Amino acid sequence: MSRNVYSSASFRERWAAAWRSFRVATWLGWQIESNWTDPFLFAVYSMVKPLASAAILVVMYGVITNGQFQHPIFPYIYLGNAFYIYVGAVMTGVSWAVIDDREHYRTLKYIYVAPIRIPAYWLGRGVARFLTGSFAVLITLAAGVLFLHVPFHPARVNWPLFLLSLTLGVVMLALMGLVLASISLMIAHHFFLIGEAVAGALYLLSGAIFPLEVLPPWLRPLGFAMPITYWLELIRRSLLGDVARGFPTLSGFTNGQLLGILAGLSVLFGLMAAVAFRLCDRQAREKGLIDQTTNY
Amino acid sequence: MSADLAIETHHLGRIYTIRNRRERRIRKEIVALQDVNLEVPRGELFGLLGPNGAGKTTLIKILTTLLAPTTGWARVAGYDVVREPQKIRPRINMVSGGETSGYGLLTVRENLWMFAQFYGLPSREANRRIEDLLRRIGLADRIHTKSSDLSTGLRQKMNIVRGFLTDPEILFLDEPTLGLDVNAARDVRQFIREWMDAHPDRTVLLTTHYMVEADELCDRVAIISQGRVLACDSPEALKRRLRREALFDIEITAPNGLTAAALEALPGVRKAVLSDADGGALLKLVLAEDSALPGVIGVLTERAVRVRHLTKREPTLEDVFVELVGRPLAEEEGRDEP
Repeated sequence: MSRNVYSSASFRERWAAAWRSFRVATWLGWQIESNWTDPFLFAVYSMVKPLASAAILVVMYGVITNGQFQHPIFPYIYLGNAFYIYVGAVMTGVSWAVIDDREHYRTLKYIYVAPIRIPAYWLGRGVARFLTGSFAVLITLAAGVLFLHVPFHPARVNWPLFLLSLTLGVVMLALMGLVLASISLMIAHHFFLIGEAVAGALYLLSGAIFPLEVLPPWLRPLGFAMPITYWLELIRRSLLGDVARGFPTLSGFTNGQLLGILAGLSVLFGLMAAVAFRLCDRQAREKGLIDQTTNY
Repeated sequence: MSADLAIETHHLGRIYTIRNRRERRIRKEIVALQDVNLEVPRGELFGLLGPNGAGKTTLIKILTTLLAPTTGWARVAGYDVVREPQKIRPRINMVSGGETSGYGLLTVRENLWMFAQFYGLPSREANRRIEDLLRRIGLADRIHTKSSDLSTGLRQKMNIVRGFLTDPEILFLDEPTLGLDVNAARDVRQFIREWMDAHPDRTVLLTTHYMVEADELCDRVAIISQGRVLACDSPEALKRRLRREALFDIEITAPNGLTAAALEALPGVRKAVLSDADGGALLKLVLAEDSALPGVIGVLTERAVRVRHLTKREPTLEDVFVELVGRPLAEEEGRDEP
């Protein structure tokens, strides 16, 4: 009986510590994200950056297709690119906290010594990037609808599917970020490249701007193993209402099947995140890497 | 394990291995700590005295759960540092000197408040403690200053407050006055002493390579060199070991080839250390008794070395260090600690 009481208290304490870690890290992340410059410059930067990224894609598409912006494949590509902003924002936002705290602020060892749940802290640090990322997605979508005739009709949007997919996708990206954060604990050299490299590789592999059929056959299985592939498809279907013929990869799957695959892969990444953290945390403590700085 | 022990280590050791990146072979092994056995009771201000690279920081990293030992075990607050870090962390805090850690975009109050939140301190209580501690350490007027705008010394003071803010059972201070000017270092030492007086049940483990700091602050001191603890006792007891002997400082002209080894060969000379001084040298002697001094003076005269000034003095921790290590602490500096 006393053991049960103890276990229950311990469980409550763990959740209390996790919530505390997440809450304070969210506050810290927002302070860091929003205070690096004055509010006006921050607002301008937040608008210009996503629009500039989208403009590159639009110009490339325009040149290659001779300006066929009415073709149904264009909104498919445009939406894939717009929502891919979340991949960089959430996934690298979570993992960047390790590098930022260790190399820049030199606080990782004090964070580690504090009675917090480190994964919850990392997730909290990613929230600010999620918020700024959401703003960037909205700006990009608005620009697409207003200036490029991306077909967006609120009445035709499958809102339940969109909200469910978005939520599931953000959770999945955060869990992928945890895996990356754990690996970042172990890597002192070239760490700056990890987030960018992974986000870049996934951009090619997840069907964001072209169907998986374009990839060499030996690379396609990697694309199918990535939950982002299914997530982007669900987001596009929920907003556009149908499947673009130029993107036949997942046309044989129903929305329910895609949701099931996305949920399953998210659970898998959740398990991977837990295992990766345990392994990397132990290794980092054994090798003395937690407060090791490179002065790069 | 006694319930009264805050810290206990048993044959604790740590070896760093450096691998060849290409061949994946172990290129070099650095022994940072070896066979460290310590028992620190609750309520004690315990000092680790040793030069840079002696293993002090490595020991603190192990005790604060940041680093795993390679041999032996350590317990903090009764919990194993490898298997039970989550039980240790709510009970401890740490501060490292000589660094500029902290979130520069946040004010002093925000930095401290944030860390207080990690420890579950209610906001109102955290703010009360922040104001109190900042006032006591002389930083109250900078409470709304962004920490990036603080000088290195003031930033270090802020970090010291961070360590004390959570009222830890056991506090680890790694060279807390490193890089501070004389007045700031004195303020910090006084702050630590007052805190210990006000919290007699709390334990502080402090590392330093300043003899005065260890002598002034610590209830007990462990002298550590090259990863080994050479002696552990109260500063008084350590000095008492040398009180049976006679200590002399002799300022001389150029030594003219005279060596410490030659002097140590004389009857009654326990230890001789020669170091450069302005326009000559300083000879520190540990003699079995005063009567050994004429022999030393005789050798100096034979070598045409003139005595400028001669002082007989009380032993210090520096003398204890020289007695144990064979060299002054300044000569031991410069070894790189991993």
